[in-house]
Amino acid sequence: MSPTPADIEDDVLQIIAEKGQVDRARLTPDARLADLAIASLDVIEIVFALEDRFDIAIPFNANDARQEFATVGDILRAVKAVAGESRAA
Amino acid sequence: MTRAVITGLGVVSPIGIGVPAFADSLFAGRSGIGPLAGMPDRPLSIPVAAQVRGFDPAAHVDPKRLNLLDRTSQFALVAAREAVGMAGLSFAGPLSERTGVVLGIGVGGMTTLDDAFLRLYGEGANRLHPLTIPRLMFSAPAAHLSMEYGITGPAFAASSACASSGHALGMALLLLRAGMADVVLAGGAEASLSFGALKGWEAMRIASPDTCRPFSKDRSGMVLGEGAAVLVLETEEHARRRGAEVLAELAGVGLGADAGDITAPDPQGAARAMRAALKDARLDPDAVDYVNAHGTATAANDVAEAQAIHAVFGARAARLPVSSSKSMFGHALGAAGALEAVTTVLALTHSIVPPTANFTEPDPACPVDAVPNAAREVPMTVALSNSFAFGGLNAVLALRRV
Repeated sequence: MSPTPADIEDDVLQIIAEKGQVDRARLTPDARLADLAIASLDVIEIVFALEDRFDIAIPFNANDARQEFATVGDILRAVKAVAGESRAA
Repeated sequence: MTRAVITGLGVVSPIGIGVPAFADSLFAGRSGIGPLAGMPDRPLSIPVAAQVRGFDPAAHVDPKRLNLLDRTSQFALVAAREAVGMAGLSFAGPLSERTGVVLGIGVGGMTTLDDAFLRLYGEGANRLHPLTIPRLMFSAPAAHLSMEYGITGPAFAASSACASSGHALGMALLLLRAGMADVVLAGGAEASLSFGALKGWEAMRIASPDTCRPFSKDRSGMVLGEGAAVLVLETEEHARRRGAEVLAELAGVGLGADAGDITAPDPQGAARAMRAALKDARLDPDAVDYVNAHGTATAANDVAEAQAIHAVFGARAARLPVSSSKSMFGHALGAAGALEAVTTVLALTHSIVPPTANFTEPDPACPVDAVPNAAREVPMTVALSNSFAFGGLNAVLALRRV
């Protein structure tokens, strides 16, 4: 059975908390990664862990401001979008 | 204080093998970046690279010896022969032990390692080629140059990722000043475009999907390159005594560490290294006519480097020519600083600033005069060459026309 959006959200927050070394309670959608002391290299690690966990590819280039992950919500949306696509396919 | 001068140059690069072809491309703003070739048919999101095309090792090295040489050493050897030929040196007699070799190597013999591990893990082979280790070791290119010429003075590799050959040229300068050598073959070599290494770069998500546009608003990341450059450095006294033609002076070096982040650059660390190079060369910032930038075209580097340039040069920063030749020959990691030192020497001797190629639009976040797309004639006496590595290890060279 494929994971529900709630399952996905749960896993994403778990991975961000683990890789970013931050308390899960602080991971509200509008929390800024910079304020949580999650650096750009942490973001790359988080994206890698998410891709591994969900067997997806998240389009992300650290040099492209258009796809910058600034908040927790940005990451959630990106994963849900790609995970949704792969389920539909 | 002992002055160190440059009397020979040699290059193997994606924009030309040999200094004349390299200089032509540089001043024409011709990029050597193209579709990545020679990779297995597997997914890889790095579609472009600056590869040395048309390099035939058998044309340079006899087959028996070729077996000993990783592509990194092949590049180093060919670059060194050109540089030594230009300098008109032979190392017979007492000069043998008064000559050194210092080469910057960033990641070592990756293609040799990749081939070996493919056999071992991928194909289940039980034994590896007996020359695997001597081929891939970081010091192999320096060792091969010592053997090529019978050089018996100090010889070693310097490694600081993307600043390796900046450190190598700095060490060469110190050997000459310390009286430990009269001549040093210094530079760097890299040939690490293996599938395994590229997958590592892919995972960092900083490689461009199209091309290298340093300081341009739409820049999209770095483009990996490969190659080698060797410079013949000697004490001014040694060069004068033998009547050598002097191309430029390596007037100073500034070395330092950010002590900050393993990948993110720190403008203060970069500025410290530039100031240190000027101080070492006993030059005022106002004396600088051109900066050959580290200019990787990552979002982070170019902003940090521009900030550092503004910190060092103040009001002059906005009109000081600052160009990145990585826009043409990519980022050759351990060879980058040496290829860029040669570029800077050529800029000084021709009084022409090579452009930043592929430039489309200025970025307010990095307000420098990037000399977009067309070379510019500029009277030049002093130029800096910047190298800022991952890990915050920085090396800046101050070069002076003589």
